[in-house]
Amino acid sequence: MPLELADAIATPDGPEQEYLWTLNFGPQHPATHTTLRLILTLDGETIVKAVPDIGYLHSGFEKLGEHLDYNQYVTIVDRKNYISPVANEIAWFAAVEKLMDIQLTPRCQYIRVIFNELMRIHDHLLCCGAAALDLGGFTAFLYAFNQKEKIYDICERASGQRFHPSFLRVGGLLRDVDETWIDMVRAFVRDFPKAWNDIVRLLNRNRIFIERTKDIGVLSKEEATNLSCTGPIARASGVVRDLRKDEPYLAYKDFDFKVICAREGDCFARYLVRMDEMLESCKIIHQAIENLPSGPVNVDADSKVVMPNQLSVYRSIEGLIHHFELIMTNRQWHTPVDEVYAAIESPNGELGYYLIADGSGVAYRTRTRPPSFIHFATFPYMIVGHQVSDVVAVLGSLNIIAAELDR
Amino acid sequence: MTREEIVNKLRERFGADAFSTSEFRDNYRIILPVERVYSVLEYLKISCGFDLLAELGGADYLQYPNARDRYGVWYVLVNTTTGVRLIVKTFTNDPEPTVPSVYPLWKGADWMEREVYDMYGVVFDGHPDLRRILLPDEFTSFPMRKDYPMRGRGERHNFPIISRPES
Repeated sequence: MPLELADAIATPDGPEQEYLWTLNFGPQHPATHTTLRLILTLDGETIVKAVPDIGYLHSGFEKLGEHLDYNQYVTIVDRKNYISPVANEIAWFAAVEKLMDIQLTPRCQYIRVIFNELMRIHDHLLCCGAAALDLGGFTAFLYAFNQKEKIYDICERASGQRFHPSFLRVGGLLRDVDETWIDMVRAFVRDFPKAWNDIVRLLNRNRIFIERTKDIGVLSKEEATNLSCTGPIARASGVVRDLRKDEPYLAYKDFDFKVICAREGDCFARYLVRMDEMLESCKIIHQAIENLPSGPVNVDADSKVVMPNQLSVYRSIEGLIHHFELIMTNRQWHTPVDEVYAAIESPNGELGYYLIADGSGVAYRTRTRPPSFIHFATFPYMIVGHQVSDVVAVLGSLNIIAAELDR
Repeated sequence: MTREEIVNKLRERFGADAFSTSEFRDNYRIILPVERVYSVLEYLKISCGFDLLAELGGADYLQYPNARDRYGVWYVLVNTTTGVRLIVKTFTNDPEPTVPSVYPLWKGADWMEREVYDMYGVVFDGHPDLRRILLPDEFTSFPMRKDYPMRGRGERHNFPIISRPES
């Protein structure tokens, strides 16, 4: 296909530049994990210039958001960052609930916090495991994926679906969690530190892993902020910013946890920050599951924003009318005609939704602030001057999820 | 510096009627005409410490109730020292929707501006590399505009098929 990329990827002119050559990396490459493409200009093995070419997975998720109602869109939101689906749902409903001014019940807030932290562990396990895999550490990857399975089981128990739970609803959850689910989370919190320790013992002092990640892809504090980095990538560069502490949402004020930071800003620092964040998440889950409040998970049905339970739909006229009002496309929610930006600390960084509402049950515009997209933009700055083999190390440390990258 | 102090500083510097403000829940917005947006953002970055451009996005207000302008572009700014968040918003119109690029201030704006251009056709004046980012270069429409149908206009079926020797 004749791309106009030609201008961007052309090697610099002049006879002294003729020895430069171009390498096409991806879109189908084991280390890109999903579909993204890099066009590298090389001097021997040193990278002179890198031009990312993305959009292979663009599926118009934001356009779909303008045609699906606030509850239906949850299935699409799940598929953005499919490694931490519930974190995406939490961000989306944070925007919707801020728009409609809904105060969640304490139990719902706690369950959402538990899910957010489970997703953080899940996402970091994938990132660290895959980073090790790309650098030749296969065993650490298997240990990480073994734990990931357990989180899938927890999602399955709560919602019936492993990969895309679609567990949240406006004003609450799909359904309440049961005792078995609580036991599963407890078992996970108990067993996880041991598995975590196995990974740490394989990688933290592993000479090959350290040599391939230390001083690779360095991002200074000023650069990280200037390039709009957030989350573990910014924190690995020394930016002390975590929305769970700075702009507490849900019930994060109740929990005792640390914000993990590093100074170096290289791939190894990013790996260490992610690893230590997992233990902090484990601490939060432990506090939340042991102090899980009782009571309903959904806001009061009289507020007319939350789906009524099935029993009342079948057995009472009020429930049926209520259900009808929320389902019929010409009724649904009555929102303010305004716009709102809400962001949460997702595993990858600030995940925000800029939601414009026109008063109907369908959003007028759903703009995602995708951390993967913004972090991948830093890649050309980081990789220049490094070797070809460092591409996989830097990609692995950024945790690019292409479905979120392209949306 | 709190939000009120920043807004007062802006009023002093640019005049009381240079911009309007609006508030909804915890969002605080400054709405500016497009001519003044670069100078205000520059002032906010340099003198008020807004070092992080958290988000840049656009929307098409074609069918929005009581909208006067067509394209909106917003900048969500964060001061990472104090944690203050501020939304700056501007509007632009057909036939040549243009907004100054903030790439010289925040390098993070690079891809976000390219995405807004890709989806809405808003040109960012001064951007060093304004190309389509998510859609292929052959694509001729701007699909997030409200007058573009959700199922497309058949572009996908009309992509040229080229053989290996031609590539």
